[in-house]
Amino acid sequence: MARKSTTQSKIVWTVIAWVVALVIFFPILYAVITSFKTEPEAIDGFSLIPSGTFENYITVQTQRDYFKPFTNSVILSIGSTILALIFAIPAAWAMAFAPTRRTKDILMWMLSTKMMPAVAVLLPIYILFRNFGLLDTRIGLTIMLTLINLPIVVWMLYTYFREIPGEILEAARMDGANLWKEIVYVLTPMAVPGIASTLLLNIILAWNEAFWTIQLSTTNAAPLTAFIASFSSPQGLFWAKLSAASTMAIAPILILGWFSQKQLVRGLTFGAVK
Amino acid sequence: MATQNTKTLARLMMAPSVIALLVWMVIPLSMTLYYSFQNYNLLTPQNVSFGGFFNYQYFYTDPAFFTAIWNTLILVVGVLAITVIGGIAIGLLLDQPIFGQGIVRILVISPFFVMPPVAALIWKNMIMHPSYGVLADIAKFFGLQPVDWFAQYPLFSVIVIVAWQWLPFATLILLTALQSLDGEQKEAAEMDGANFVNRFIYLTLPHLSRAITVVILIQTIFLLGIYAEILVTTNGGPGYASTNLTFLIYRTARLGYDVGGGAAGGIIAVVLANIVAIFLMRAVGKNLDK
Amino acid sequence: MGSITLKNVQKHFGEAKVIPSVDLEITDGEFVVFVGPSGSGKSTLLRLIAGLEDVTGGTITIDGKDVTEAAPAARGLAMVFQSYALYPHMSVRKNIAFPLKMAKMEQSKIDKKVEDAARILNLSDYLERRPGQLSGGQRQRVAIGRAIVREPSAFLFDEPLSNLDAALRGTMRLEISDLHNQLKTTMIYVTHDQIEAMTMADKIVVLNRGNIEQVGSPMELYNTPRNLFVAGFIGSPRMNLIEGEYAQSKGAKTAGIRPEHMTLSKESGLWKGTVSVAEHLGADTFLHLDVDGIGKMTARASGEFGAHHGDTVYLTPDETRLHRFDDKGLRIAG
Ligand SMILES: Nc1ncnc2c1ncn2[C@@H]1O[C@H](COP(=O)(O)OP(=O)(O)O)[C@@H](O)[C@H]1O
Ligand SMILES: [Mg+2]
Repeated sequence: MARKSTTQSKIVWTVIAWVVALVIFFPILYAVITSFKTEPEAIDGFSLIPSGTFENYITVQTQRDYFKPFTNSVILSIGSTILALIFAIPAAWAMAFAPTRRTKDILMWMLSTKMMPAVAVLLPIYILFRNFGLLDTRIGLTIMLTLINLPIVVWMLYTYFREIPGEILEAARMDGANLWKEIVYVLTPMAVPGIASTLLLNIILAWNEAFWTIQLSTTNAAPLTAFIASFSSPQGLFWAKLSAASTMAIAPILILGWFSQKQLVRGLTFGAVK
Repeated sequence: MATQNTKTLARLMMAPSVIALLVWMVIPLSMTLYYSFQNYNLLTPQNVSFGGFFNYQYFYTDPAFFTAIWNTLILVVGVLAITVIGGIAIGLLLDQPIFGQGIVRILVISPFFVMPPVAALIWKNMIMHPSYGVLADIAKFFGLQPVDWFAQYPLFSVIVIVAWQWLPFATLILLTALQSLDGEQKEAAEMDGANFVNRFIYLTLPHLSRAITVVILIQTIFLLGIYAEILVTTNGGPGYASTNLTFLIYRTARLGYDVGGGAAGGIIAVVLANIVAIFLMRAVGKNLDK
Repeated sequence: MGSITLKNVQKHFGEAKVIPSVDLEITDGEFVVFVGPSGSGKSTLLRLIAGLEDVTGGTITIDGKDVTEAAPAARGLAMVFQSYALYPHMSVRKNIAFPLKMAKMEQSKIDKKVEDAARILNLSDYLERRPGQLSGGQRQRVAIGRAIVREPSAFLFDEPLSNLDAALRGTMRLEISDLHNQLKTTMIYVTHDQIEAMTMADKIVVLNRGNIEQVGSPMELYNTPRNLFVAGFIGSPRMNLIEGEYAQSKGAKTAGIRPEHMTLSKESGLWKGTVSVAEHLGADTFLHLDVDGIGKMTARASGEFGAHHGDTVYLTPDETRLHRFDDKGLRIAG
């Protein structure tokens, strides 16, 4: 735009943007740095250069059995996502390719369940979980995460499927494909990118869900959210170790997140912004 | 496409999702509604009796209730203000040609992927801690008295943390919307002699209006339910200073074992959330028709 | 073989009776064009024949066999869609081969057929490309190729040229006509463009609001339109429709005269008009006139007839080419 001073203005904007970005990113960066400090170092004033110890990572595992909540997080997020996809793919397929007058209402209603404040049903769910022996079980939490994310999964898939032109499926039908072949040869290859994006976003959401996981688990099924939250009451000085645990808790999802920027917008706005 | 066969099939394929969500919505909600009219405490589960509107009255007359409503409002509005204004500013910044745009983007959106308890603990211990936090270090460097953020400004501190988590979301959506602004439109406006401010007011802002609406509405839904950040940092205190409605209901129900009271609070929360939801559904629904 | 019969075919979408009732006979090898304004039910009718929609009532017979309830693939028809509906994740070769693969044909036979079709359609150099890497006209050919290899008893086309630019549309029109002459297979072709209908069809079916207004050869429709709708729809520029005194003097409610059936003069004639716009096409000039006592009319003049905005021109209709319609809009014979 500013044609005369293109390079100059680009440098100015670059500096400003980098400063802003680093300020925003700083808390994460500082936690990662702290995780490589010793405990005394961690509380010894501001420093960006750690002594480079891996001790914290080892201690977190040996003293607090970090691996267990991590495994739980992996199982819960992937399990609930796959379960949600199994429910949602047929539903979204039907809504996208055989819409009726009620399809839109059903979609809106599904969205509305997402707006129910979780806390409003905290007690009934807690009591039901207690009575069915689901408290602090992976199965219970998986069901919970599946249900709370199901509307988003249906919606995301729906917006992706809707972009597949119905005429292509009709062409396949004219070409002699039965429903099964239509799904295998035509629909699935065209839907894979959308399904993959949905999978990715939903794993992120499930991994970071921090209300039900904290409410419904204590030790056995507790994922990283509940594990980390249990550090909130300080037992001695433990920041370097906490940083190590935090770094491990956010690293995998941070990386997934970087890959899913575009889908994130689309998924969380229910397709309203693309 | 729309032959009778496919229609029947379509119904069958939607059924599992619809039924699952229906059950998940109807059963707990009706239980909440039922409990809200009962005197029911988990510590004395044998003494359950019909309580009429007692729970609502109890909840309503509790001074903590209004504090919590007020805190909820401040929290939501405060975070929205910071994220929307910040999001537009950073969105505009990232829409400029800059070196290393991809990396800058990644850095900016990262906080969104940090799970709430981690975000809260990082801020609590490493940034805002009165003796060891980075902000305290900075204050000491300038010879100032460090601020004990969570004791002195508990709600504000929570707002900062939550805003940090949601700023990336607002930025990303507003940036996406900005990038879809037609280049020809911008050039036409430039030809018409509009300067940067005018282009922003008459072209960019109207173009962003829908994205801003979406950001506000979706964030509101999530912000009404803020929980882990409070639990981990202030635990709602001091007193009720940083207790929002969600946290108050949690306190009543889980810490006070008061099923009836918690349920009444839950129903109030549902009513409030519905008011917001109606607006969101309108906005999203309109987009569906396009 | 490809004779198709529709008997009392109806289609309702909820309350909307999109096709009230249609009877139609298509004989083997015919090139039939469904023409009508947008929303007149052309696509719906085609899709009913294809089996992509269920009929609400009536029967569809192909080669004497009742296929009303049959699945699309079982009807032995091939369809070319407006959007081409190519499979974006498959190469051109795989696209064309897809129906053969579905029919479980041997791979060697498939290869041969695909290559033959590609040769006919000038696609041999593009077989390994994806549809996304092709131009509009090439995609169109792939869609046709996919239809040809199945050796269907009839081809169905739904506005196949409407996504192409004007020049390409002309070329493809010829190619499709040419294909029909080679294959001699029944073709049903849907379009809203009456020029396509006139130039390609053996038989035109004029549709309006789901009803057949007239069936006939292009020249039949041109010479003896059955009613005002067909009169106004077929022919370009449109027929001039005149009401009032002149029509009454001919014993009709409405009189119709085509722009090309009037003699023009600068000195004298039956009607006196003023030129508002003159469209010079070279060989012809279309004059848009304000005629005293009648209103707006269009007339065709030869290219040499120099006329410009504001000029006075006299018109005389060729009364042997006059069309007369009664107060129901129906043609009065004779
Ligand atoms: N699936 C459908 N549901 C409801 N109405 C439809 C459907 N398909 C077509 N119609 C209606 O039927 C009429 C004819 O449509 P169509 O056959 O597509 O017309 P054409 O192809 O001549 O433009 C239109 O008014 C259209 O709105
Ligand atoms: Mg059509």
